[in-house]
Amino acid sequence: MIGITYALIAVIILILVPWVGVQGLGLTCLFGVIIPYAAMAIFFFGVLQRLIKWSCIPNPFKIPTTGGQQKSLNWIRQSKLDNPSSTGQVIGRIFSEVLLFRSLFRNLSPRVGTQGTGVTYASAKWLWIFAILFHYAMFATLFRHLRFFTNPVPFPVRFVEGLDGWLEVGIPEVMISGLVLLCAVFLLFARRLVIPRLRYISLMNDFFPLFLLIAIAATGALMRYIVGIDVSSVKELIMGLISFKPVMIEGIGLLFYIHIFLVSTLLAYFPFSKLMHAGGIFFSPTRSMANDNRAVHHENPWNYPVKFHTYQAFEEEFRDKMLEAGIPLDDTLSSSTGKE
Amino acid sequence: MTKDLPEPEKLSQIDLTMPETGWMDTPALFKKGIFCHAARSKDIEVLNMPNPRDWRVEDDDWKLPENWQDIIMDGLRERLEKFRSLRIFMDTCVRCGACADKCHFFIGSGDPKNMPVLRAELLRSVYRHNFTGAGKIMGKMVGARGLTEKVLKEWWYYFFQCTECRRCSLFCPYGIDTAEITIIARELLNLLGLNIDWIASPVAKCHHVGNHIGMEPQAMKESIDFLCDDIEEITGIRIDPSFNRKGAEILFVTSSGDYYSEPGIFTCMGYLMLFHQLGLDYTWSTYAAEGGNFGYFTSHEIAKLLNAKIYAEAERLGVKYILGGECGHMWRVLNQYMDTMNGPPDFLETPVSPVTGTRFENTSSTKAVHICEFTADLIKKGKLKFDPKRNDHIRLTYHDSCNVARGMGMLEEPRYIIKKVCNNFYEMPEETIRERTFCCGSGAGLHAGEDMELRMRGGFARANAVRHVRDKHGVNMLACICAIDRAAFPTLMEYWAPEVGVTGIHELLANAMIMDNEKKRTEDIRGEDLPNLEPEDKGDSNV
Repeated sequence: MIGITYALIAVIILILVPWVGVQGLGLTCLFGVIIPYAAMAIFFFGVLQRLIKWSCIPNPFKIPTTGGQQKSLNWIRQSKLDNPSSTGQVIGRIFSEVLLFRSLFRNLSPRVGTQGTGVTYASAKWLWIFAILFHYAMFATLFRHLRFFTNPVPFPVRFVEGLDGWLEVGIPEVMISGLVLLCAVFLLFARRLVIPRLRYISLMNDFFPLFLLIAIAATGALMRYIVGIDVSSVKELIMGLISFKPVMIEGIGLLFYIHIFLVSTLLAYFPFSKLMHAGGIFFSPTRSMANDNRAVHHENPWNYPVKFHTYQAFEEEFRDKMLEAGIPLDDTLSSSTGKE
Repeated sequence: MTKDLPEPEKLSQIDLTMPETGWMDTPALFKKGIFCHAARSKDIEVLNMPNPRDWRVEDDDWKLPENWQDIIMDGLRERLEKFRSLRIFMDTCVRCGACADKCHFFIGSGDPKNMPVLRAELLRSVYRHNFTGAGKIMGKMVGARGLTEKVLKEWWYYFFQCTECRRCSLFCPYGIDTAEITIIARELLNLLGLNIDWIASPVAKCHHVGNHIGMEPQAMKESIDFLCDDIEEITGIRIDPSFNRKGAEILFVTSSGDYYSEPGIFTCMGYLMLFHQLGLDYTWSTYAAEGGNFGYFTSHEIAKLLNAKIYAEAERLGVKYILGGECGHMWRVLNQYMDTMNGPPDFLETPVSPVTGTRFENTSSTKAVHICEFTADLIKKGKLKFDPKRNDHIRLTYHDSCNVARGMGMLEEPRYIIKKVCNNFYEMPEETIRERTFCCGSGAGLHAGEDMELRMRGGFARANAVRHVRDKHGVNMLACICAIDRAAFPTLMEYWAPEVGVTGIHELLANAMIMDNEKKRTEDIRGEDLPNLEPEDKGDSNV
């Protein structure tokens, strides 16, 4: 539980750093240009390095977890998605995991009866719902942010923005994705607090990204709905950054610097944390390999010969007993009676 | 059953409250009835494995080599470079908890370190401490801890409380497979000679004599001949199977459990009767006499070493392909490892059923057919005649063996056979069968006597589902296609769901199968009188 405290303190410090840095010391260049650049570099090279590392490690064995009927006799219906036997089917399986969180969707919860009445099982889709809400809201929010990175803003971004604001409540319009994102992160956090065994397994590493995301979403929401911010200046700054011609714009509010500093932290933290699950799923051998084990040979690059007990040694030892039992021998001549 | 074992009413009161202290600060208390005896030095010596010595789990001093920490760390470093699975599973877990209540050991014990996520964290914490920057600097704050003797003992205690059933891996959003983590953790423990007796001893015997129980070739033949005597008594047909016969078309390999103890032997009689009825050109081998592979519960290398005998024998005998009996982890190894470890077997041919002409394209590289695939094909093509009424005294349910379900996906073939040979078949609740099946609680080498409490706790979820269909449908027989299941279930059923027997599928098949020239059957395969069999039923058979 101490993990929560550490994570909370860490995020509070991360909010205070740009506060002091920008408001107190006027380090707008550091927080507006240098740190974002550094964070992007760490993110980019960190993720790349991790993916390269993973792909350099071999899969000695083909070990898919089979979640349905195998391909065997042609009159038995194969479960192509859960027990894929070809590359195409494997891709289908991976995408069902990445886009729909198929394995999480299976979730069941056992209910252990008191007084030895046994166990029953109930479907438990809460985690699946929270996860879907979180990831899609995250995606929509990121996608919307492309309007700060593009000039002119391409149609799909404007389209999503339009969709996102369909409620047409408030000025400026409330973006559903931001709201959902904040709620979903909070629900994921609440899960860890409320369910005793989850509280037991949770580490600082689990709370920190959640707090960081809450802080990022909250500063974003504050800027959009409450404090207000000079959007054109922000866009100018960001366009400068991505075109590698950074410009310093005066008069962007402090909240923006806090927001971008927290985002930078998230980016820099990403490659070294559990957030790499986003890439890991594509490499997970139990999901990314086909169950065609017996049909297609799989080579283990570090396979080495072993000295197993040979038949000859076996026959040598049990020759007389085998002979007596009428079990055929390879080498009938050198029976022990002949030897002696 | 051991006298220390609490009553089922007591054992089923599972305390799911988490301890007050964090898991790193909660020491592993070795509880009698949960752990197995230590491996003996002679069994480790046979295989030239490291640190053979006699030691006791209960002792403080496990007689570790001086530089044991270096050995483990080097071993871990090496495996992180050799197994992408290990590295990915160490790096990607988000501790979402989806796996937590999927483990039969957690459901049956409430011990938080039996949650797959924490079982993995036992190793992951050391990985963080030694192989990640944050872990090196921030230590415990980020879930990292150094490798101490306490940690090592905790590993031993909990990695020998996992049956490698992969149920957690099915529910994990990233497919993190605790079986893989357990396999590698046990491999590391074996670098220090920290195996258990119930694994090391079968491994040594399998290596040297040919099967887990150390049954010598003449005894194996005798044992199977005895079964043929019983078959003759029941059917009036004399079967004379061949051993180590060169030039046979098929090499038949099954687990030794099938030819030495009840109820496995009844399944074995089923194989013998089926092959005889078909006139199959096959042979047993006294050298490759074990399909099961306890090496797989020791290390990848020992798994390969024991498995190598099967292809070597197939080549020596000049057979065309391999037919494998009903066994669970044997089939995980045959399906997912054999071809890679010891193949491809270019001296064999793609299996073709000599009876139906069906080519088993799904095993065109490994050249090993599962007997349920083989038999389902026979039935589909109408090659066997049955009188399922002979199984009418049985009200059956079917347990999907974990390895066959989640390491292969053979779900329909056994059910197809069952439905053709047995009239009264009832499935257990769907959350507990097929890919979501529960382990018997005794797999991966944990089927010893001294860990009876662990086995009963681990098998609770499975037995609970059996009890449900027993009470609802009057089920009195549990079918399975795994030799460890057949060995473990009788005790488990006696404890949790009395009055339920245990059978293999080929025993049921043999009961119902009408053989050429058989005498009128009055007994089932177990030699028990067939009830409710009226004389006029004889000719009324299903095809």
